[in-house]
Amino acid sequence: MAAIIELRGLSKHYSKTIIGVDDVSLSVEDGEFVTLLGPSGCGKSTLLRMIGGFEEPTQGTIHLAGRDVTWEPPYRREVNMVFQDYALFPHMTVGQNIAYGLKMAGADRKSARAKALEALELVGLPDKVDQRPDQLSGGQRQRIALARAIVRRPKVLLLDEPLSALDARMRDQMRIELKHLHEKVGITFIMVTHDQEEALTMSDRIVVMENGRVAQDGQPQDIYDRPISPYVANFIGTTNFLPATVTDVQADRATFNCAGARLEVLTDTPPQSGARVTLGFRPEKTRLLAEGETAPNMLEGKISEVIYYGLGLRTAITLPDGGSLFIDTLLTDTLRRSAIPKTGAPARAAVEPCNIFVFAGEVQA
Amino acid sequence: MTLLRRHLAGVLVLGIPLAWIVIFMLVPYAIIGTYSFWTKTYPTFQPDFQFGNYATLFTDPQYLQVLLRTLKISALVSVASLALAYPFAYWLVFRCRSAGVRTWLYMAVIAPLWVSYLLRAYIWKTILGTEGILNSFLMWAGFTDAPSDIFLYNQFAMILTLTYIFIPFMVMPIYTALERIPPNLAEASADLGQTPWQTFRKVTLPLSTPGIAAGFTLTFCLSFGDFIAPFLVGGPDGNLIAGVIQTQFGSALNWPLGSALSIVMLVIVLSIVSLSDRLERSSRIGAH
Repeated sequence: MAAIIELRGLSKHYSKTIIGVDDVSLSVEDGEFVTLLGPSGCGKSTLLRMIGGFEEPTQGTIHLAGRDVTWEPPYRREVNMVFQDYALFPHMTVGQNIAYGLKMAGADRKSARAKALEALELVGLPDKVDQRPDQLSGGQRQRIALARAIVRRPKVLLLDEPLSALDARMRDQMRIELKHLHEKVGITFIMVTHDQEEALTMSDRIVVMENGRVAQDGQPQDIYDRPISPYVANFIGTTNFLPATVTDVQADRATFNCAGARLEVLTDTPPQSGARVTLGFRPEKTRLLAEGETAPNMLEGKISEVIYYGLGLRTAITLPDGGSLFIDTLLTDTLRRSAIPKTGAPARAAVEPCNIFVFAGEVQA
Repeated sequence: MTLLRRHLAGVLVLGIPLAWIVIFMLVPYAIIGTYSFWTKTYPTFQPDFQFGNYATLFTDPQYLQVLLRTLKISALVSVASLALAYPFAYWLVFRCRSAGVRTWLYMAVIAPLWVSYLLRAYIWKTILGTEGILNSFLMWAGFTDAPSDIFLYNQFAMILTLTYIFIPFMVMPIYTALERIPPNLAEASADLGQTPWQTFRKVTLPLSTPGIAAGFTLTFCLSFGDFIAPFLVGGPDGNLIAGVIQTQFGSALNWPLGSALSIVMLVIVLSIVSLSDRLERSSRIGAH
């Protein structure tokens, strides 16, 4: 597989202190679905807009299918963008909107309309061809924007927060549709989002961004199960962070003293003995032990709060040293028929050695 | 009684403007309309119902000529205003990067509206006249030896003056229309392979037509009814319809004919307004 997009040392500095994107190098393979993920202001949208040609980098190059397009205007790049609020032309019908970009490519009126209908078919709205954008719902407009962008068969499709303007139910549906569309058309997708769930469910690869830089780049499961930094661990999913001291180090594992308990962790890169570190683990991979039950890797504390969220219970536990952690328990039965932890009662939590991340230094989570 | 009290505020709020319009607009128009059917018997007018005044207007080439001239001058003023205002408004909205500069330049266009209309027309007399700034400059720069009188008292001077006076009414609606176009539409157009010029032609221009229509209507109708500029800077061939009406009510002492002329003018202006309104409405479908 060949790289379709190659970013080398790409930067966008608005001024000495205001930095949009900082030295990003990224290679996207043909047909991949890559998500740029991060909070607002992390530079993900700026990066996407630079690929689209709407912003000029202050440094670095952009190669599209081997050709340097860094200084090419948008209308000479074989990429198309789905804008956040769709940017449909209000004075044109749906059909005219979709065929808009085809006329330039030398297509005559008839074949343009045929292609537009084909694209509409692909997004499931063939009967809307003669309607105006303002006669459509948000989800329909979203699909028209998609059809308009893919009808030209671009080398890369850029999606700028494509689902953020939709309501929750529509968003869930479009997520799956978008993924299927990607499989159907086989075009490379680069999507920007701040929604971790969106990133996890849709992409082949996630690029987590932090302050204009790439924080981690990997497959969704890698990012989730092996976050490289507390920032990534905290941005994707929820993570309990607890300070700890290394007490013993072996080849593939280390032992820590954490909140008065002894925790064993499996790790490829064991820290030095005596070092102060931060341990992180997921609430759903933490188990609340039944009364009297013990486990090797165990923390003891008091239940401070129990939150019901439908799917399960989130139990907050306060440790003797003042730290706190969450445990997620899936409810496999109705709430009434389940055992509900009591606030104020002592509790024990267990984590498997393979489910704990070790981060150097102390972390303010 | 309680019903009246409950609706008192509403009655006042809507009633006063309504009374104003009835007393100061509809009643005068009705009077003018009535006069237009009267007969002139020097030195007074007799109540009558005949179409003689209208017949005169459409048979006497003198009036038709003035009417056509007025239409021509108004159209040229509107076209000139559009040619100047559109690029300016476009630059302000899409190219000017500093919000401060944009506000100041926009205010610079609007500010002359605060100056007396008469004064603004008079300025051009002092610029274009034989003793005026333009002649002084040309002589100082060595282009001419003697002051020229070709600048003032002709249709060109009239168009120039009217364009200067009414151009804010072209800039304002176009600026507003352009400002309302989401910037990402131009980006989407570029993204779909259109050059900036094609984007302008297919997206920006069509979406700003309501502004152009509004500006064109305003400048056209304002120029159409103007009689100060012809009076100050117009020449012997500069008599416009408003001036003729003024003469009929004044020195010619022919109120019925003046009234008929006023009604014709009103009909023309109203048809232009309703035409532009319809255009604006049809182009606004879908654009909100």
